[in-house]
Amino acid sequence: MSNHDRPLSPHLSIYRWPITMVLSILHRITGIALSLGFVVLVAWLFDAASGVEAYGVFLSVMDTLIGKLVLVGFSFAFFFHLSNGARHLFWDSGRGFEKEQANRSSWLVLAMTVALTAVFWWVAS
Amino acid sequence: MSLRSPLGRVLGLGTAKDGTSHWWGQRVTAVALLFLGLWFAFVLAITPDFSHAAVLALIGRPINSILLLLLVASLAYHSYLGIQVVIEDYIHSPGIKVVTLLVSRFAHILLAVAAVFAILKIGLNA
Repeated sequence: MSNHDRPLSPHLSIYRWPITMVLSILHRITGIALSLGFVVLVAWLFDAASGVEAYGVFLSVMDTLIGKLVLVGFSFAFFFHLSNGARHLFWDSGRGFEKEQANRSSWLVLAMTVALTAVFWWVAS
Repeated sequence: MSLRSPLGRVLGLGTAKDGTSHWWGQRVTAVALLFLGLWFAFVLAITPDFSHAAVLALIGRPINSILLLLLVASLAYHSYLGIQVVIEDYIHSPGIKVVTLLVSRFAHILLAVAAVFAILKIGLNA
């Protein structure tokens, strides 16, 4: 019996990523990113405690274009990881695992992330 | 008939020797960070002035010092547990894995101690 023309799954080059898979990967990437964000948070506290000069260096680094982009990135990663983390806690109750429910909550998490990030920077500016 | 040894049954441990403590610690800190994280984001958003004097006053307010201490403690533990899973997933060589886990643990403890010291120094001086 020949099975050479049966489909390979997942055939990565033509595989359309399910939205749940995208969010799962994003959860891990943003988690790693936020661990680096923790370093920046500690640097902020440490430099503030160290005195006005050290703190000035921290501020000047964060005031560059790259620094600002990094902060926007951290805020996005934070609100994503928070929203998706809440979804994980909801899943821990044993609910929401039907395919349609999981797809819908994926989009809800993305909408929450964009909304929270936008409100954050709108209030901050 | 259970195949578990009497000692294993008494200790209630799984194959990794820590039962559900990793999973549970991740969830407990997640719930804490849900509240502490949103509080911190809110404080950052409504703070108009990030000059040194303003930031010392902000961190030094007792309520902010206390919540910041809780935040960095929960964050350090949550981050350590998360990074541990990532390391265990992707690093397969036992030697490199142990060294990486050790470096991650020391780094997280260092960050947590530095943050706690800084918050206390600012809070107790204010």
